[in-house]
Amino acid sequence: MIRLTRFGAIGLMGAIFAAAGAETGRLPADQLAQAVRSDSISIPTPGELFAALEKPGKTNWSGQYRRPMPMTYRDRAQIALNLGGLIADGFIAVEAKDSQQVKNIGSDIIKLSKALGVSKNLLSRGNSINEFAENNEWDTLQEELEATQNEVKSSMQSHSDQDLVILVTLGGWIRGTQVVSAAIMQNYDERSAKVLRQPALVRLIQSKIDNISPELRSEPLVKDMSDQLAGIEKLVSFPLGKAPSVDEVRKVNEAVGKVMDEIENKAPVK
Amino acid sequence: MKSHLQILFWIFAAASVCAHAETDSEVQARKAALDVAGAFTNEGFKVRDGHWCGAIKPHDHTLIAVNLYAGNQYWFSAGATEAAKEIAVSVYDESGKRITTEGYNAGEKAAAGFAPANSGQYFVSVDLIDGQEASCCLVYSYK
Repeated sequence: MIRLTRFGAIGLMGAIFAAAGAETGRLPADQLAQAVRSDSISIPTPGELFAALEKPGKTNWSGQYRRPMPMTYRDRAQIALNLGGLIADGFIAVEAKDSQQVKNIGSDIIKLSKALGVSKNLLSRGNSINEFAENNEWDTLQEELEATQNEVKSSMQSHSDQDLVILVTLGGWIRGTQVVSAAIMQNYDERSAKVLRQPALVRLIQSKIDNISPELRSEPLVKDMSDQLAGIEKLVSFPLGKAPSVDEVRKVNEAVGKVMDEIENKAPVK
Repeated sequence: MKSHLQILFWIFAAASVCAHAETDSEVQARKAALDVAGAFTNEGFKVRDGHWCGAIKPHDHTLIAVNLYAGNQYWFSAGATEAAKEIAVSVYDESGKRITTEGYNAGEKAAAGFAPANSGQYFVSVDLIDGQEASCCLVYSYK
């Protein structure tokens, strides 16, 4: 049961109750199919994933850093995918409580955003990230990173670049899953491994990609991502209640690692 | 320090309201939802910047799909405009079976909290039990 003891702020004390699960029946499948599914609430942030991973024990977050990525990408889809990965790296640096790494990544986020032409309002975000990192304000930094991600996406929408939004999300999910699966392999724990079960999330990302413009969808990098997501969905479809084995975690890590490598290194077709 | 962080959070939340909400009533509904969610920050819950806002009709509900992680604890907080006299929040698993949650109901504000045993997709239902059609907003918190 979730422990809640201090509800004085808005007078909730005494108003919490346990709702019985058996009070109502099951929702029919057609209602579930029609549920609202949106990027802003149905897709979790890397911070949520990392929070769950850390529950059973300490994670070596700084061991998950990668080398700085080039800032010279020209393909907009590739920039968007890498931007998502970079934001996930920011969450990793926050988990590691590494202020210099947070500042470095914050600076790279602004650079990549500039390359997409969505940096107008982000410079102040970059300054805030630096300030919070200097002051070791880790909770606030996590909120700032999520707000930065949302501002990038919002700016993309207002620049008629809405098709790139899902690529930022995809890049973040792939990088987050790469890091989490690597951390689980290094220090296997069944409770941690259960975070990798996310078939509906992969299906949702895939469905969003299916709805982007045919031109963008046919770009080689995007097409590759889309093709590989079907395989990744199978790899993260573990039965309810069963934690994936080390070998199953390794397969997930290899699959998302391959995708991440393409996101980072694939040369655009001329 | 704590109050400083909370002030900053509400500034960001307010900025986000301005950036995403379409109507004044949705802004009002989101403020109500954030009022409820704010209480959970005292217990270390982080409020997600993302949200759902929309209209809800009497004796009807809206289902919102979310993807959650085993190991985390969650609170789903909803707020509606004054036309709604009573709303409720409930959570269902991926098969549509209702989950046992902790709950909070106070007229046009409500919340449900639980710790999922399995990672995966869940469905949050926001129901308008009593009152007229209203704007409604859902946010969630985790730790």
